[in-house]
Amino acid sequence: MDLNATLIGEMLSFAILIGFTVKFIWPNLTKAIEERQLKIADGLSAAERARAELKDADAKVADEIRKARQQASEIIDRAQQQANQILDKAKADAVAEIGRQKAVAQDEIASMAQRAREELRERIGALAVQGASKIVQREIDPAVHKALLDQLAAEI
Amino acid sequence: MASEPQGGLTEYIQHHLTFLQSSHDGGFWSIHIDSIAVSLILGVLAGGWLWLKSRRATAGVPGKGQAFVEIVLEFVDGQVKDVFHGDRRFLGPLALTVFLWVFLMNAMDLLPVDLLPFITQKLGISHFRSVPTADLSLTFAMSLTVLVLVIFYSFKAKGFGGYMHELFTAPFGRHPLLWIPNFALNMVELLSKPVSLAMRLFGNMYAGELVFMLIAGLFSAGSWLLFGMGVIGYTVWGLFHILIISIQAFIFMVLTIVYISMAHDHH
Repeated sequence: MDLNATLIGEMLSFAILIGFTVKFIWPNLTKAIEERQLKIADGLSAAERARAELKDADAKVADEIRKARQQASEIIDRAQQQANQILDKAKADAVAEIGRQKAVAQDEIASMAQRAREELRERIGALAVQGASKIVQREIDPAVHKALLDQLAAEI
Repeated sequence: MASEPQGGLTEYIQHHLTFLQSSHDGGFWSIHIDSIAVSLILGVLAGGWLWLKSRRATAGVPGKGQAFVEIVLEFVDGQVKDVFHGDRRFLGPLALTVFLWVFLMNAMDLLPVDLLPFITQKLGISHFRSVPTADLSLTFAMSLTVLVLVIFYSFKAKGFGGYMHELFTAPFGRHPLLWIPNFALNMVELLSKPVSLAMRLFGNMYAGELVFMLIAGLFSAGSWLLFGMGVIGYTVWGLFHILIISIQAFIFMVLTIVYISMAHDHH
């Protein structure tokens, strides 16, 4: 069999057939393949993203817990400080009050002692005058001898 | 024997329908070397390609080749799943093998009907048929293998006693007088499977090849008008044939699945 019109005609038809396949069949096939690849790639990347998000969320949760714990301990510290402050202030107030009360009492005592002393002095003065008048048997003029009597009272 | 256009269409077609045989006495040992060679080469190519793709298969984003294999595999597996509800570890690969192999052998029909014979002619081989599925020997080889599997799975699913019981008592009944009619009908049913399977594929491919040859006769008719009609006709028939080879491969696969899954069913 030699190369003749039959083979050439068949090859021509074959070429058209190949052209048809290239133009109409192959694109559909590659489209399906590419869609599949895309779908798989999308799925994989979505899974990867979800995993990363989960990791992020986990880290965030741990961070939040740590922060909350820190805040709680800070609050406790501050409360303790405040309690101490209040206690200290109350103590200081009490001490000051005690001092004040003591000073008032001391003042009162001092003034009372002074009054008693003066009263005593006057009475002794009167007694001395009475005694002296009895001794000298005559009336001593208190107005004349006041300076002498006062001096006597101060010496007591 | 060279094909001479002036020898007429009849001689042209007769030449093209002659197998490359190992001996020309037409006896038992006159093996069709062309059918065996083409089917083996296609089988090795398809198997090797699938093996390569499966070895490099990745769970990540597949390459284009892997994606294509996955699409074919999912299609075949879906067909098996629709028909057969059981362990698909054997039936799935069987269906894939049948589908791909038959499709590739059918696809040889799309090559110009004179191309491979022309090449082998240059190599000193006078007769060569390039479509193995247009060879009754090959289609029957495949369908008889399916028959062996059907019988094997009948025994496996029902046990020897169960299968014998079914052969002799279904479909008419268990009366002893009905044993012979039951068995005869079951044999007809059993043997019609490989015959129909083989004849359908062979008939479609043989007819397709014959139409290609008849159209090819126009090329050497000696006028440009007829030559142009030939090109158009050959192309149109080729386009239509893409459909036929796919459908025939699909039918062969589905029927194989159906027959084997029927062997699993109890009556």
